[in-house]
Amino acid sequence: MNKILASVRIALRALKVNRTRSALTMLGIIIGVAAVIAMVGVGAGATARIQDQIQSIGANLIMVLPGSISSNGVRLGSGGVSSLTEDDAKAIAKECPSVAAVAPTVRGSVQVVNGNSNWATSAQGVTPDYMTIRDYSMMSGEFFTTQDVDAAAKVAVLGQTVAQNLFGDSDPTGQVVIIKNVPFTVSGVLTPKGQSPSGQDQDDVILLPLSTAKRKVIGGNKANAKSVNALMVQSAGPQTMDQAQQELTTLLRERHRIQPGEDDDFSVRNLAEVFAAQETSAQVMSILLGAIASVSLIVGGIGIMNIMLVSVTERTREIGLRQAVGAKTRDILSQFLVEAVTLSLLGGIIGIVLGLTTSVLISHFANWSTQVSLTSVLMAFVFSALVGVFFGYYPARKAAYMDPIEALRYE
Amino acid sequence: MSDTTAVIEVKDLVKDYKLGQVPVHVLKGISFEIQRGDFVSIMGPSGSGKSTLMNILGCLDKPTSGSYRLDGISVGELNRDQLAEIRNKKIGFVFQQFNLLARTSATENVELPLMYTDTPASERRERAMKALFAVGLAGREDHQPSQLSGGQQQRVAIARSLVNNPKIILADEPTGALDSRTSIEIMAIFQRLNREDGITMIVVTHDPDVATYSNRNIHFKDGKLQLDERVAQPRDAKRDLEQLPAEKPEEVIAA
Ligand SMILES: Nc1ncnc2c1ncn2[C@@H]1O[C@H](COP(=O)(O)OP(=O)(O)OP(=O)(O)O)[C@@H](O)[C@H]1O
Ligand SMILES: [Mg+2]
Repeated sequence: MNKILASVRIALRALKVNRTRSALTMLGIIIGVAAVIAMVGVGAGATARIQDQIQSIGANLIMVLPGSISSNGVRLGSGGVSSLTEDDAKAIAKECPSVAAVAPTVRGSVQVVNGNSNWATSAQGVTPDYMTIRDYSMMSGEFFTTQDVDAAAKVAVLGQTVAQNLFGDSDPTGQVVIIKNVPFTVSGVLTPKGQSPSGQDQDDVILLPLSTAKRKVIGGNKANAKSVNALMVQSAGPQTMDQAQQELTTLLRERHRIQPGEDDDFSVRNLAEVFAAQETSAQVMSILLGAIASVSLIVGGIGIMNIMLVSVTERTREIGLRQAVGAKTRDILSQFLVEAVTLSLLGGIIGIVLGLTTSVLISHFANWSTQVSLTSVLMAFVFSALVGVFFGYYPARKAAYMDPIEALRYE
Repeated sequence: MSDTTAVIEVKDLVKDYKLGQVPVHVLKGISFEIQRGDFVSIMGPSGSGKSTLMNILGCLDKPTSGSYRLDGISVGELNRDQLAEIRNKKIGFVFQQFNLLARTSATENVELPLMYTDTPASERRERAMKALFAVGLAGREDHQPSQLSGGQQQRVAIARSLVNNPKIILADEPTGALDSRTSIEIMAIFQRLNREDGITMIVVTHDPDVATYSNRNIHFKDGKLQLDERVAQPRDAKRDLEQLPAEKPEEVIAA
C-alpha cells in the first residue's frame, strides 16, 4: 500500500513536469468519460420518462378502434361508419372473462367558453369506467356517475389545462361552462397526468357523459346512434393481456358477422407494446451514444499510449539508472503503469465530474430529465483505470525490458 | 559467503560485439582477482575495453565467455532480476556524468537504491542523510542537481552509491568531468570509504594523477591486461588537499 502511494507520488511528479502535455493527454479521457456519463444519464432519463408516461396512460390497457389496419393503412368499415358500438362494449364487459372493464368513447373538437375566456380542446364522451381504466384521480370535485350518463346530464369534468385556461387558478367545480351554446356544470377537475408518450398534453381534455356528448356536442352517427369512436379495454392483469385481446377479437368478429378469412373491421392495440417500442428505441439510442463515447475513450487511451512512449524514450537514462541501482523488471513496469493509470484515472475523475455537471445542466436548461446512476459512475471509473492499464502496458513493458547499458548510454 | 579474500574473481573473460557480420573482439581473455579492501585503478587507451569490463563487473552486462564470481556468487547463471538484486545489494556505481535524477532533491536521489528494498521510509531518509553527511553535503539535502556544482553532484552520486552498504564501488571515470582540485576531493572520499569502511574500490581513469591514489594499477591495451602492479605507497588525497591553497573553505571534507 505504501509502495503504491509512493509510486503515485512519483507518477504525479513526473506528470507535473509536463503539465500541459499531461493535461492535453487527459483531455481525450476526460471528454470520453464525460460523454459516457452524460449520455447514459440522458438515455436513462428518457427511458424513465417513457415508463412514467406509460404508467400515466393507465395499466393493462387495450384500445379497440374501428377499421382494420392493413398494409394499405387504416380502412374503415363499410360506408365509413364506425363499426364499434356501445353494445359491443357491453358484450365485451359481460362475456370476456379476462377483461376487467370497458369504456366506450366518442371524441370531437370543441370550443369551451367561460364568460370572456374560451379554449379549443378535445371533448371525450365517456362512462365512469373510463376514470378507472385511465387511472384518473380527481384534484377537486367528483367524476360524473352512471346515472348522469343514463340521464344525459349536462355535467363536465375538466382536465387541468382546460381549467387553467378558463378559470385561472380558481376552482371551477360547480361553475358553468358553455359548449355549443349548451351550459354544462363542472363536476370536477382531473389530477394532471402530463404528457403522453407520444408527446400530447393529456390534461388538455374535457370529459362529458357519453350520452350527452353524442346528443349535444359531438353529434351522433345518423346510421347508428350507438356507434362510438373507440373502446378502452382494461384486462384483468398484465398476464392476461394477450388472452383478453384474443377473447375480444373473437367476440367482435362473431358480433360483426365476419367470415373466417375476412379481415377484421376493427383493430386492437396493446398500448404498452406500442410504447415499449419507444422505450426500446430510447435504449438503442443511448447504447449508440454510449458506443460513440467509448470510441472517444479508446482514442484517449491511444493518446495516453503515445505520450507514455514519448515519456519512456525521454527518460531512457533515468530507466537505465534505476536498473543499475537495483530496479527489477517489475519495478519499472509498475512505475510506468502507475503513471499511465494515474493519468487515465485523473482524466476519468475529471470526466465524471464534468459529465455529472453536464447532465445537471441538460436537465436544467433543456428541461430534459437525466438520471445518472452510481453504476455508470463506477463503470466510468473502472473503465478509465482499465484504459490506463491496457494502453500503458506496452510502453511500460518497453521501459522494463530496456538494456541497462544502452539505457545508461542513451543521449 | 566465500571464504577466500577475493571479492572479484574473473577468468578468461571474453566479450565480442557483433557489428553486422563481423565480430568485434573487445575483451580477449582476461583473468584477475581483486581482494577485499583493494583500491584498484584501471587505465588504458580509449577503446581498449575498460568500460566494457566495468559493465560486466557491475553485472550490467554478461561476458561472451569466461567466468565471473562476485563475492563468491557465480554471476553468469543469474537472470535479469537476480542481477538487479546483486547490483542493489553489493555494488555501488559512480558515473562520469553523475546520472542524478533531475528536479529531485539530493536526499531523494540518494534514497533511490533503497526504494528497491523493503527499507521503511523513515530509515531510508535517515540513511540517505548519513550518506550525504559522509560526503560532506550536510545542509544540501534539499538541493536539486541543477542547484549544485559538478563536484557536489558527483558527491551526491557517491552518497547514492554507498547508501546500500555495497561490497564494491565501481567508478568509471568519476573525475572525468571535474577540475583537478575537485578530483582530489573525490579521491579523498574514495580513500576514506576504502580505508574506514573497507569498501573495495575500482576506478577507471585517464588521469595518471588520479591513479596514484590507488594501491593497485591495472593497465589495459586492446582488450588485454598489459600491466598489473601494486603500489607500495599510494598518495594520500587528504594530505594533498591540505597542502593545496584553500580555495573553497566551506568544502573541506568532513572527515
Ligand atoms: N554496444 C556495442 N556494440 C559494438 N561495439 C561496442 C559496443 N560497446 C562498445 N563497443 C566497442 O568496444 C570497444 C571498447 O569500448 P569501451 O567503451 O569499453 O572502451 P573504453 O576503454 O571504455 O574507452 P574510453 O576510454 O574511451 O571510455 C570500442 O571499440 C567500442 O567501439
Ligand atoms: Mg569508457
